[in-house]
Amino acid sequence: MKALKTIRKLGLLIFLVGIGLFISLLGLGSYKLSPQVFDQTITNTQHHTLLKPALKGMLNKEYTNSMAFISDFNQAFNGLNEDLKSKQQWDKVIYTDYSYLITKHSAIGFVKNHSTLLCYLCLMMSAFGGLLFMIPDLFLDPVPGIKNKNIFKTQITSRGLIAFLFSAALILFYIFLYKAPAYLSNWILLVDNFSIAISGSEASQWFLYGFLYGLVMLTMGVKMYIKYRNNNYQLLRTTSVLFFQVVFAFLIPNILTKLQMPAVDFKNMWPLDYSFFFDYRINTLISEGVFGYWLLAWGIFLFVVGVPIMVYFFGKRWYCSWVCGCGGLAETLGDPFRQLSDKSLKAWKYERFIVNGVLVFAIIMTFAVLYSYFTGNSKLLGIDTYSIREHYAFFIGFIFAGAIGTGFYPLMGSRVWCRFGCPLAAYLGIVQRFKSRFRITTNGAQCISCGNCSTYCEMGIDVRAYAQKGENIIRASCVGCGICAAVCPRGVLKLENLAESNRFETYAPPQQ
Amino acid sequence: MKIVIIGNGISGITVARHIRKLSEHEILVISSESDHFFSRTALMYIYMGHMKYEHTKPYEDWFWEKNRINLKNTHIHQIDFLKKILIANNQEEITYDKLIIATGSKPNHFAWPGQNLKGAQGLYSIQDLELMEENTANIKEAVIVGGGLIGIEMAEMLISRNIKVNFLIREKSYWQNVLPQEESLLVEKHIAEHHIHLMPETELQEIIGDENGRVKNIITKNGKSIDCQFVGIAVGVAPNIDFLKSSALETDKGILVNDYLETNQPNVYALGDCAQFIKPKENQAAIEQLWYTGKLQAETLAKTICTTKTKYERGIWFNSAKFLDIEYQTYGLMLNKPSSDEESFYWEHPKGKICMRVNFTKTDGSLRGFNFFGIRFRQVIAEKWIAENTSIAFCMANLNIGFFDPEFQKNHHAEILSSFNEQFPQHFVAVKKKKFFLF
Repeated sequence: MKALKTIRKLGLLIFLVGIGLFISLLGLGSYKLSPQVFDQTITNTQHHTLLKPALKGMLNKEYTNSMAFISDFNQAFNGLNEDLKSKQQWDKVIYTDYSYLITKHSAIGFVKNHSTLLCYLCLMMSAFGGLLFMIPDLFLDPVPGIKNKNIFKTQITSRGLIAFLFSAALILFYIFLYKAPAYLSNWILLVDNFSIAISGSEASQWFLYGFLYGLVMLTMGVKMYIKYRNNNYQLLRTTSVLFFQVVFAFLIPNILTKLQMPAVDFKNMWPLDYSFFFDYRINTLISEGVFGYWLLAWGIFLFVVGVPIMVYFFGKRWYCSWVCGCGGLAETLGDPFRQLSDKSLKAWKYERFIVNGVLVFAIIMTFAVLYSYFTGNSKLLGIDTYSIREHYAFFIGFIFAGAIGTGFYPLMGSRVWCRFGCPLAAYLGIVQRFKSRFRITTNGAQCISCGNCSTYCEMGIDVRAYAQKGENIIRASCVGCGICAAVCPRGVLKLENLAESNRFETYAPPQQ
Repeated sequence: MKIVIIGNGISGITVARHIRKLSEHEILVISSESDHFFSRTALMYIYMGHMKYEHTKPYEDWFWEKNRINLKNTHIHQIDFLKKILIANNQEEITYDKLIIATGSKPNHFAWPGQNLKGAQGLYSIQDLELMEENTANIKEAVIVGGGLIGIEMAEMLISRNIKVNFLIREKSYWQNVLPQEESLLVEKHIAEHHIHLMPETELQEIIGDENGRVKNIITKNGKSIDCQFVGIAVGVAPNIDFLKSSALETDKGILVNDYLETNQPNVYALGDCAQFIKPKENQAAIEQLWYTGKLQAETLAKTICTTKTKYERGIWFNSAKFLDIEYQTYGLMLNKPSSDEESFYWEHPKGKICMRVNFTKTDGSLRGFNFFGIRFRQVIAEKWIAENTSIAFCMANLNIGFFDPEFQKNHHAEILSSFNEQFPQHFVAVKKKKFFLF
């Protein structure tokens, strides 16, 4: 007992040291922009000619931290663009953001030279520490059952100070990832060798993101296996989301890149994959020939035929809690936070308005993009279609899905994006609500209104409100995670696919 | 018409809601326990940190105003049935046209010496929970007296804080007056697995305090002393009707009511834990202290008050509980010893955490009822089979349509059937091949 608790503490310590080291890497290392790096990185000849004199002051100068380096580069780069704009040489203005690549390539010294070792020391060690922290639960609490002890008494899982700090850290990470990856260049260096091995090219910030995403899911997946070891539905579902994330979202696209084919996540679909119909993506696919056309057809087939059929038979859970990457993170990293979702009627009203609003926005945006693609006319009803698409990418793709969607886990529960923002979830939900065999059946009058089901619903469904009336739970938002049925102390709830006809039947005791 | 309900537990609130559904009467619900209705069944989850108080409220706070159900937090001390007036705190007078008493229970105490020491308490109300929080802070050992459902819940609560629990029960084995021997032993094994020290045939003699008036240890009837800083009293509950004892209302253990839940006073009704039926039906308790029966009584009473006078019929008996990690569901009348005209089939999984029992008549093999431990079963199916006196062979052959466990959970139908066929070849059931299906 004591030894196990020591192991737990040791695990936590290792985790924190790993994370601490990882964060401190951002301030480490030296940077020197050599002419060779410059030539390698700026391959566009016009940019090369323009930038060379502008960056002259930086060449071969050694910087001891990335901030100063990036700041000097940005100053020089923006200065050049300002200059070009003031001279009205619009065609020469550089829109490519080189700051990240230049920074990464200019890194010299310790981090650069020991990147793989550091990757093991920081990331793998943190994951190992996490496992060391979680696995003793198997022995400390050896009888399988529901393990939600002290969730509302632990700071991180009940909106304590640590939860706010964690949330802020996640949001910052997303902001840098999307908007200023140059500052994360040391992190990206760590996974360079992995990227070269899998995809044949150096790591981008998206490779790092995919790598971290998979690592976090696998580590927290182990916690799911331990916590829900008495429930086969949870075990299989966890295995499924881990498989789809690691193989479909991470390995296959990277291997395709290595084979010089378009990097495709076969399970991602429009409108979650909002850029599916963007011109550059369609053009890439079409230029690939048969394989490209096949990919295009598969992508369309998924949401036109796949969604209605699969949702009819299994409910939207087949995607949201068995396949989807966002769902996968929510069901692993997000599981300790699921109880923080708002169950009020007010929240439900906002949810319906916002999530369906995003779906409408996605449809309009895609229509506009396709309109421009086919007609060549960049304006639809006087609005620049490119700007619609940019707004969608910024507000929905980056702010909502990324920064808020994951960043708010510790504050509003694990499914903020899925519940309030995901247009695909909205679409799946409409089918689930009106044409599906899926329901959560309430077992007669056995409900004791304890509220475990509602408390642990990550989608903020007030499950109890239905169960205590003997009604089945049929809601557009239900992702079918099955936790309500798992935590119910009286065996009142069961997720199942049965005949459509009696879905809405309410329990009535037999007449005697 | 102004209807006043004393008590905002499941019975009082359900009757209020159903009266609102059926009528436009003025409704006032009075409670001195909490401002709003909360689920008493979830108190243990607050203690264990699974939930917060707010999660135990089945309705949001705006619900009451929207449905014109007035709530008042005060305590009723006295009732003048002639003038139809309730006397509340500060001598406030509240009038009514019809009065519904749903004051629930209070924990039983058997006048043990030392029972009022700090650290000795029952668990029923939200105030009891707060007290328990205070009484169990930083303690190491506890004693629980009484082997029923509240006892095991208290034990689960305490072990969640690593407090050592000695669990005193009067009977030979756990909940023996309700559970048949096999089921009782199965639960006992699970109790032991959680390192709860169950002490059968042990009764409390005396609670001893220290110089600060705090529980220090207890003495059992056979003279054993057990050190503890907390004594959980869980020897059942009794109707909470002390304030009515000297009134004109006829009471025994509870408020006496007829099958329409009417008391001896005109326009006064009682239901739930505090009501006692004058003439209970055979095999039915005079006082029904269950969540489910409280709800059922309330629905019946609302009908009587708002539309047609309706007799309370309990319907086919069912109940459920959870013993630590093992869920229990029962359908039909399942006595701890099958009655003389019944056959009983019991199956237990080799690992000893899952079992089921089915009772059926000796004469024609028609189904009487089920006990399930670690198996979830559909109420509609069980009720239909029991109501229709379905033959045991049919029930056993079709058990699988009643299973309600989560998808992909192992189904033990085949093992159950082969064991059944061995014991009851006269009701032989062909074992169907298992179908493999996805989802």
